[in-house]
Amino acid sequence: MLGAARRQLGSGPMLGQVLRRLRPAAAAARGYSAAVKEMNVRDALNSALDEEMSADPSVFLMGEEVGEYQGAYKISKGLLDKYGPDRVLDTPITEAGFTGIGVGAAYHGLRPIVEFMTFNFSMQAIDHIINSAAKSNYMSAGQISVPIVFRGPNGAAAGVGAQHSQCYAAWYAHVPGLKVLTPYSAEDARGLLKAAIRDPDPVIFLENELLYGESFPVSAEVLDSSFCVPIGKAKIEREGKDVTITAYSKMVGYALQAAEVLSKEGISAEVINLRSIRPLDRDAINASVRKTNRLVTVEEGFPQHGIGAEICMSVVEESFEYLDAPVERIAGADVPMPYAANLERMAVPQVDDIVRAAKRACYRAVPVAATA
Amino acid sequence: MAAASFTAAKFLAPVAARSGGERAPPLPAGASSSSFARTLRRGGAHHPRLRTALAVSSDVLAGNKAAHAAASNPAVTREEALELYEDMVLGRVFEDMCAQMYYRGKMFGFVHLYNGQEAVSTGFIKLLNQADCVVSTYRDHVHALSKGVPPRSVMAELFGKATGCCRGQGGSMHMFSAPHNLLGGFAFIGEGIPVATGAAFAAKYRHEVLKESGPDGLDVTVAFFGDGTCNNGQFFECLNMAQLWKLPIVFVVENNLWAIGMSHLRATSDPEIWKKGPAFGMPGVHVDGMDVLKVREVAKEAIERARRGEGPTLVECETYRFRGHSLADPDELRKPDEKSHYAARDSITALKKYIIEENLATESELKSIEKKIDDIVEEAVEFADASPHPPRSQLLENVFADPKGFGIGPDGKYRCEDPKFTQGTAQV
Repeated sequence: MLGAARRQLGSGPMLGQVLRRLRPAAAAARGYSAAVKEMNVRDALNSALDEEMSADPSVFLMGEEVGEYQGAYKISKGLLDKYGPDRVLDTPITEAGFTGIGVGAAYHGLRPIVEFMTFNFSMQAIDHIINSAAKSNYMSAGQISVPIVFRGPNGAAAGVGAQHSQCYAAWYAHVPGLKVLTPYSAEDARGLLKAAIRDPDPVIFLENELLYGESFPVSAEVLDSSFCVPIGKAKIEREGKDVTITAYSKMVGYALQAAEVLSKEGISAEVINLRSIRPLDRDAINASVRKTNRLVTVEEGFPQHGIGAEICMSVVEESFEYLDAPVERIAGADVPMPYAANLERMAVPQVDDIVRAAKRACYRAVPVAATA
Repeated sequence: MAAASFTAAKFLAPVAARSGGERAPPLPAGASSSSFARTLRRGGAHHPRLRTALAVSSDVLAGNKAAHAAASNPAVTREEALELYEDMVLGRVFEDMCAQMYYRGKMFGFVHLYNGQEAVSTGFIKLLNQADCVVSTYRDHVHALSKGVPPRSVMAELFGKATGCCRGQGGSMHMFSAPHNLLGGFAFIGEGIPVATGAAFAAKYRHEVLKESGPDGLDVTVAFFGDGTCNNGQFFECLNMAQLWKLPIVFVVENNLWAIGMSHLRATSDPEIWKKGPAFGMPGVHVDGMDVLKVREVAKEAIERARRGEGPTLVECETYRFRGHSLADPDELRKPDEKSHYAARDSITALKKYIIEENLATESELKSIEKKIDDIVEEAVEFADASPHPPRSQLLENVFADPKGFGIGPDGKYRCEDPKFTQGTAQV
C-alpha cells in the first residue's frame, strides 16, 4: 500500500496540474472538415476499451489501479462496474509478475490488455515484453501467438523528473515481433486502440498523459463501434509543399502549431502523424519527401538511435536524390529529464525548435542566437 | 506451521467470496476431502493432517529427519509403474544421446541435460491431461517428452531441423508444442513463472467468465523451475498473485542444490524453499525428488487441488543433476562425495528395484522397455539427422501472427506481399 500511495501522490495531483497547464487546443490548425462532435482522448480510449470488451469476452484489462480506483488516469472509468472484477483486474504492484501473467494468458487463448500506470514502469517488465511476448510466435514457429496490448501513458510528463519522464517509442520499435502505436488525437486513440486489441500480435500502445484531457473533433464514422485505424498507416494531418514534418503523439500537435507559424512566413509545411512507429509507413514518408524535397523529423525521445534516425535512413535509401537539403532532426535533449521547469522545457522539443529547423531546411535565414 | 495455516485462512476467506465461485459451474465433488484444503479453510492451528501432507523427507537439510517416517510409498498398479519406468528411461536415454550428439557437433549452443531429475518430470507430468499446461526452463527436453512431444520432434529441434517441434526456430532452451500445451522453455531465471501463472489465470478465466471448462474441473498448469529461481522476485510476485486469485497452478521447484556453481545453501537465507508456500497462504510441500512414487503422491494431491479450484501449491522436490549445469560446464565445484551420494539414490534404479520387489514386472520385461526406448531414441537421431535444414523461406515467417506487421514498404504495398518475402530474401 505504501508503494501505491507513493505512486498516487506522484500521479494524482500531477494530473490536475498538467491539465491546467495545457494550452488551449489549436483546433483551427487541424484539418477536420466533417466534425460533428468533440471527444477528448481519455473518453476515446475508454470507449474503445469498453466496446472491445463488450464485443469479445476473452478481452480483459489488468494493471495497477485499473479497477476500484477507476484507473490512475481514469482511462478505465466505469469498466469495473460494467465487466466485474474478473475482467477488470486490479493487480498488486508487481510489473514483472503481472506482465508475465498477461503474456501467459495470451499464450493460452485470452486477449489481455495490460495497463502500465506509466510506461516508465514497463522497464520492470521489459523481459516479458521482449523475451516472452515478442519472440514466442517466432520461437514456436507460429504455434503460440501472443495477442496482447501493453498500454499506458508514455513520454515526457511535467515536473516528475528523470525516472518518470521519457519516451519509449524507440526502445520498443527496435524489437522484431512488436508493433508500436503512438496515437495523437481522439480519432487515433479510438481507432488504433481498437485495432490493437483485435490484432493477433503483441502491441505497445503509447499514450500521452498530457493529451488525455485534450478534445478533438470526431466524425460520426469515428464514433461507430466498427471504427478501426489500420496499423502501419500514417496520416497526413496537414498538406503542404515546401517541407515535410514527421511527428508522433504529442509532437504532432507541436508540428501543427509550427506549420501554422511557418505558413505566416510563406512556408507550406506538410505534417505527417506517424500513428504507427513499428511498422513504419515508409511509403507515406517517402511520397511526401518526394513532393516537398525537405524533411524535419520530430520526436520527444533521445536523439541517438531514435525514430528520426530510422526515418532519415529510410529517406536516404529510397528518396536520396529528391532531397534538396540535409534532413533535420528535432528530438529530446540527450540528457536524463531534469526536474527544474526551465531546464525541463529546454530538454523537450518546443514549437520554436520545429519552426527553426523547417526554416533551416528551406534555407531561410535563422538568427544565430536562435540556432543553439 | 500453526502460524502458516492461520495466515492462509485469514486471507483466503475474503478472496474466496470475491472470486465468483458461485457463478461458475460447480467443480467436481470431493473438494473437502483434501487435507490441505480442510486445513486452510478451517484455519485450524493444530490440524494434524497438515503435518502429514507436508511430506518432508530431506536427507541434506538438517532438522527434518523426524518427518521421514511420514512418507510411505504408495501403491501403484503394474501399468502405472511401467508407464513411469518407461518415461524415466526415455528421459535418461534421450539426454545421454543428446550429450553424444552435442560432442559430435550435431547440436549447438547451450544444452542443459536433465539426468538425475527424471522422477520430478515423470512424477508430475504423467498425471496431467492433454489440456493441462507445462511451463519449463532451459532444461526442458524431458518435460517435453513427458508431456508427450514425440522424441523425434524434440531431437530434430535440437538438431535445428525443419521437422523439429518448432521447425528449428526455438532450439534446446525453447521447446513449445501447442497441441501438447507445452507453453515453452524459458531461458531466463524466473521468466517462466509469470507465464505459467498467466496460463493458470486463463484456465480460471475460461471457467468463470467464458464458462468453457471441461467436466473434470479446471485445466491445471505445472511450472517447473530450480532452486536458483526461488531467490528471484518473480517467484514471490507470482506466489502472491496465484494464491490471491486461487489459480490452478502447481509451482514445482526442482531443487538440485546448485545454481550453476552457486550452492543453494550459499545463496538462500532459508534453504527450505517449501516454507515459502505457507508464507503466502498456500501449502508448501517438501518431497524426495529422487523417489518418483513420493513425487507422484504429492503431485496427485497438488494437481487435484488445483483442478478443484482450491488454488496453488508449492512443491519442493529435492533432486540432483548427474551432469554439469550445461554441457559446457566443467562442473568443478560439486564434491565427489555429494555426487556419489545422489548417484547411489538414482531414481530409475530405485524404481526398478521397487517394481521387481513388488512383483509388478520381471527384470526381462523392464529390459524390453529399455530396449524399446533405445530403439526410439536411435530412430529419433536418424530422423533428425536425415531431416532437412529449415528453408530460407522460414527466416521471415512467424515473426508476426499477422505478417502485415512487417509494414508497408516504400512502394506502398505491404512488405509481406513482396515475392522475396516468402523466399526469405527480402530486406526487412
